[in-house]
Amino acid sequence: MPRPGFVLDVDRSTPPTLFWRGENFSLERLPAGRSRVIYPPEPLPALKDIDGAIRTALLHPIDQDPLPAQLFPGMRLTIAFDDVSLPLPKMRRPDTRQRVIEAVLDMAAEAGVDDVHLIAALGLHRRMHDYELRHALGDRIFDAFHPRGMLYQHDAEDYDNLAVLGTTDHGEVLEINKRAAESDLIVYVNINSVPMDGGWKSITTGLASYRCLSAHHTGETLQNTRSLMGHREHSALHKSIWRLGTLLRDSGPKIFQIETTLNTDMFPEQFSFISSREWEWSARERATYLATTKALSKVPVKMARKIFHSIQGPHQMTSVQAGETSAVHERTLAKVYEQQLVHVEGQTDILTLGIPFVCPYNPDGVMNPILVMCMGLGYLFNMYRNKPLVREGGVIIMTHPTYRDFDPVHHPSYIDFFEQVLPDTTDPVVMGQKWEKAYAEDEWYRHLYRTGNAYHGVHPFYAWYWGAHGQQWAGKVIIVGGDPSTVRRLGFTPASTLDDAFEIASDVVGRTPTVTHLHVPALLVADVH
Amino acid sequence: MADQRSVPLSRLRQMAKIGDAASSALQAALAPVRSLGFPYRKPTVPRGVTVPEPAPSLGAHFDTDWARGSLARAARRAFVAGPMRAAVQWLASPAVSGTDRLADLADLDPPPALIFAPNHHSHVDTPLVITAVPEPWRSKLVVAAAADYFFDTRLKGTLAALALNAIPIEREVTSRTSSDQLRRLLDDGWSVVIYPEGGRSPDGWGQDFKGGAAYLSSRTGAAVVPVFIDGTGSIFGKGMKRPRRGRTSVVFGAPLRSADDENTRRFNARIETSVTALGDEALSDWWTARRRAATGESPRLTGPDHQGWRRQWALAERRKLGRAGQRRRQKRRWPDLG
Repeated sequence: MPRPGFVLDVDRSTPPTLFWRGENFSLERLPAGRSRVIYPPEPLPALKDIDGAIRTALLHPIDQDPLPAQLFPGMRLTIAFDDVSLPLPKMRRPDTRQRVIEAVLDMAAEAGVDDVHLIAALGLHRRMHDYELRHALGDRIFDAFHPRGMLYQHDAEDYDNLAVLGTTDHGEVLEINKRAAESDLIVYVNINSVPMDGGWKSITTGLASYRCLSAHHTGETLQNTRSLMGHREHSALHKSIWRLGTLLRDSGPKIFQIETTLNTDMFPEQFSFISSREWEWSARERATYLATTKALSKVPVKMARKIFHSIQGPHQMTSVQAGETSAVHERTLAKVYEQQLVHVEGQTDILTLGIPFVCPYNPDGVMNPILVMCMGLGYLFNMYRNKPLVREGGVIIMTHPTYRDFDPVHHPSYIDFFEQVLPDTTDPVVMGQKWEKAYAEDEWYRHLYRTGNAYHGVHPFYAWYWGAHGQQWAGKVIIVGGDPSTVRRLGFTPASTLDDAFEIASDVVGRTPTVTHLHVPALLVADVH
Repeated sequence: MADQRSVPLSRLRQMAKIGDAASSALQAALAPVRSLGFPYRKPTVPRGVTVPEPAPSLGAHFDTDWARGSLARAARRAFVAGPMRAAVQWLASPAVSGTDRLADLADLDPPPALIFAPNHHSHVDTPLVITAVPEPWRSKLVVAAAADYFFDTRLKGTLAALALNAIPIEREVTSRTSSDQLRRLLDDGWSVVIYPEGGRSPDGWGQDFKGGAAYLSSRTGAAVVPVFIDGTGSIFGKGMKRPRRGRTSVVFGAPLRSADDENTRRFNARIETSVTALGDEALSDWWTARRRAATGESPRLTGPDHQGWRRQWALAERRKLGRAGQRRRQKRRWPDLG
């Protein structure tokens, strides 16, 4: 039986705590008597018969007819699936998407369906490399569909292949992939890593146009998204998405949503020290930690990055449900919370976050400074329900080298964003009004997004907006170990060591602040009361 | 010159005397043993008595238990990982796919014993399968080999048992010895490779599946993994004098178990259908294969019904689709246009 997550009160006998520092780790001692560490629950057991569970979900969906009953010869079937941003690190083969889509295609073959298209639901993310598609879908699907042009990636800028389905009463335009819009049935295959994902967000962002996305991906919306991972009614983003989803349900094609949840078994056995509790480290784990950190500190960053991005996580499936989108998503959320929720009493003055080598926007790429901000303030800060872990006006301390390094293939517009927009303003609302349009409509970025492997020109803005609520909430943000000039460009304060950071924070929170550390991985959602 | 080359007569006489003396000495030395007789010597058989045949130790009765001892296993593991893998790679350049279908079972502790059921075209099949089967099964794998072919002499049997972990199976009759041994091995966690066709293809097309794998699975509960091998027939098919390098593919299918209401014959038919579908998958693509399998239109491994040249003609067409065929197409020479 896996142990639930828990909150450790740090005392003098508590061993130092593991912090991510990009492509390395450190052990840091937190102040005794006023610090606590939130540990995630241990991974839930995986489904015993995964393929059997998938088949059962397809044959007994929620609030819909069984999938075989919805398939018939001559129909247009579109299967859309989540892109490479999920899960992290990438999943050991066979990937969940492969398992589910193979099961769906088996049923389609039995029903005599010929017209099948598979679309990677990228939204404005970068196109997946062929090897990534092959990894996610497996050789069988890739070899069967890709050469025939029946497996391809969504293009949010191809207006000939986008269709407007209507407008919500808030003026949001619902514009999605034309092939999907004109299909007899869309089957969406989702991986739900965090509560923010899934539900109507899958199609209304993954298969949407820039025009559709820009309605809710704004600085104001994200500032008013007070619960990205928790209650939907406190998230302006999700309220907008659910309005679009309702419109899609009423005026769009039939949708068969398949959602899956994974446990938090994110790293292979060799790296067990990452997710183990420090006082339980075995001699082997201690030796591994020492060897890993020493070795990583000696090798060039590029090599360390390559090593980390080559890791494949076990990521075992804990549930699969299919059918009507809203009903399916409620069950998915319950399962995600069962895995990730940790009860926490009260807020804290200082929240410390170790920033890893990867976030959803740099698989196989560089964690550039904007993504450090996005990961810290956009994702980890938002991993709460009810209220943030840190009090309003408190301090957030992150540990990351924050080098001024960008991936020119994946993140070309991020480079200009860093050099042009950030020196001008770090305010999400101001930059949205002043700069967003120019980046979104830039022909070169559009070309790179459509034909290369680049994120859309507007994507650095969206990454920045993701941290808008955290940026507004925190009184000060400090990055430990980061390149000072880069950190200052982000609008944050650099510090050399964690003790220095506590010293700097004392200006805001006093000499004896309470400290809370979010121990990631694995993923957890703090249920703060 | 002639006189110088010939041996003098006196010398020959001398050598003959030495030979006689040596022979006499040997006879004298053996005299005590000869006088001892039985039991130091073979007994004579009384007249009118029929001596029963000694208990057979060859064929299906060849003892191979020693080949699963720790020393033999270590030696075999080194042999498989080194020379055998290198030889297979050099000779057959295999492309292995479908091992992800076994990933769930590999995660179980302990991993269950499986019955691998490939089609069979060549002696190359066995080393190919042994090196292609993923761990944890590879290191605990026995191969059911024809008792009348591999275990007809002690030397062949010993080599087959040591190098391949082969165990003797009677092809034509259902031998209790063979089936009991296989059940015992499966119960002990050993996985088994059984060729349901019973032997190599005589003409390049597949043969109907015999029920051995299905029967064993029904009795032991072990899952059957259908396996399709393509290309080995043109590397070292039956009747070829020496092997010829080529390219092969090995496709593993999803594990199959007999349903509660399924008899051995039907289960065997399902295994054959799965291997047939894998064959279609290897030669076309997965989606085409699935659609054909759903409508029962997968191209049969046993080939067309007609005989003679048309059957061979169809075989050549099929081979063009496989990996071996791909390579041949790539080697096409273009005309020199100056």
